[in-house]
Amino acid sequence: MTVILKAKDIIARLSEKFPGCLAEAGTDSVLVEAAAIPAVVQYLREGEGLEFDYLNFITAVDYYQYFEVVYHLTSLKHNHAIFLKTRCYDRENPSVPSVVGIFQGADFQEREIYDLFGIKFEGHPDLRRIFLWEGFPGHPLRKDFNQ
Amino acid sequence: MTTREITLKTEPFVLNVGPLHPSTHGVYRMRTTLDGEVVLDIEPVFGYLHRGIEKLMEERTFTGIIPLTDRLDYISPMSNNLAYCLAVEKLCGIKVPERAEYLRVIMAELQRLANHCIAVGSFLNDAGAYFTPFMYTFREREKIVDLFEMVSGQRMTYNYMRIGGVSQDIPEEFLPALAKLLDQLERFVDEYDFLLKENEILIARAKGVGILPKEVAINCGISGPVARASGIRRDLRRDDPYSIYDRFEFDIPVGENGDSYDRYRVRVAEMRQSLRIIRQAMKDIPAGPVKAEVPQVVRPPAGEVYAHIEAPKGELGFYIVSDGSIAPYRCHVRPTSLINLTALRQMVRGWKVADLIVIFGSIDITMGEVDR
Repeated sequence: MTVILKAKDIIARLSEKFPGCLAEAGTDSVLVEAAAIPAVVQYLREGEGLEFDYLNFITAVDYYQYFEVVYHLTSLKHNHAIFLKTRCYDRENPSVPSVVGIFQGADFQEREIYDLFGIKFEGHPDLRRIFLWEGFPGHPLRKDFNQ
Repeated sequence: MTTREITLKTEPFVLNVGPLHPSTHGVYRMRTTLDGEVVLDIEPVFGYLHRGIEKLMEERTFTGIIPLTDRLDYISPMSNNLAYCLAVEKLCGIKVPERAEYLRVIMAELQRLANHCIAVGSFLNDAGAYFTPFMYTFREREKIVDLFEMVSGQRMTYNYMRIGGVSQDIPEEFLPALAKLLDQLERFVDEYDFLLKENEILIARAKGVGILPKEVAINCGISGPVARASGIRRDLRRDDPYSIYDRFEFDIPVGENGDSYDRYRVRVAEMRQSLRIIRQAMKDIPAGPVKAEVPQVVRPPAGEVYAHIEAPKGELGFYIVSDGSIAPYRCHVRPTSLINLTALRQMVRGWKVADLIVIFGSIDITMGEVDR
């Protein structure tokens, strides 16, 4: 059974390394400061006893006040998993650092979020729309998208 | 006498494979850059089948979404139904009756058999055995589809599972027909494997072609038979058991080299394991209700949930955010086929165009799930 690690425990382990970047968002998801995402993901991937080497998925949710980007990581070795979240409050020009450099599997998924939510992933090597054509007006999965 | 040196000016050549190429299994396009016949690079182009299913889901009731999930991976709708229903049940805390659990396992495993029939058949089709093996696998798939028609009335987009169980009990003649089919399928898999396992042409076309190293597969988030062929022993039925999979005995076949041939072999081996699981489930299936007491309009508590299953193509998951209303606030599908395509670029570089088709065929994708 894959164990979903409790946010408390993860924060307790990482707070020394990333002071002030982490907070709890529910019992099993960790809220991370957007700028710290690549460093935190990198550490989670390589840290002793953590070894989250598998990125299940990335997605985003529009909560009107902010966009939430959700990362789900699993460790194949220890069979435990974690949910990471980050928020961006800027509706006009939202951006989050990309994790493609760490997990190649993020490539298409970040492009999908860029396409459907308009969130820019800084550092993505090829950030273009993936499903809709260039010039499509708006981003359909935003809650205020006018059909 | 001096020899004049002739220098030929060459430049890369761009070829569009797809979107309407028979080997692209739908409407997928690869913008291929070639040096003669050798693939230098490919650029995947998606979106020809984008229907905005995730947006449509936000405007339907939780039960009304089930038919939409049929249209994701339309080769294996039962698995999509199951993954979605598991997610909503996890969110609401609904306990599914025993009989329904067994029926779900039987349907999901039959679906895996049907999917692998198509995957193997179309892979061999891509490898040049033009439609002969495809006809045989389709013949066997028809028999499975007949059983699905018996329980759901449909031959595609079954819409059979419901939140809290399945839509209706199986008819009386189902289990005898299933027992008969299992015997036929067992013989079929053996015969098919005997003809192809050491087939010289298949080995020449697939062995050592399109190798996906284990580390790359993990880093790209590859799952399912493609990952297992690269030696990753991960199967959610064993590693994160859902439904009642912890009650059955089965093996997880893995490959060694991660080439196209191994991916084919893993699928054939998985078909045998599916037959094994169905036999065990058939033996133990209890009597009783097939659907829990669930209100007509499901209204889960506010919160979020992620549930995943080992679908025939890999890890299929649903991430649902609920705000306590009758429709989900956000519903994300973890697209197995899309993520499994991530590594394609690395796998095909340096191979010839004919190998590109074989490598792509060995991944087994459905565009309905890639584009959603």
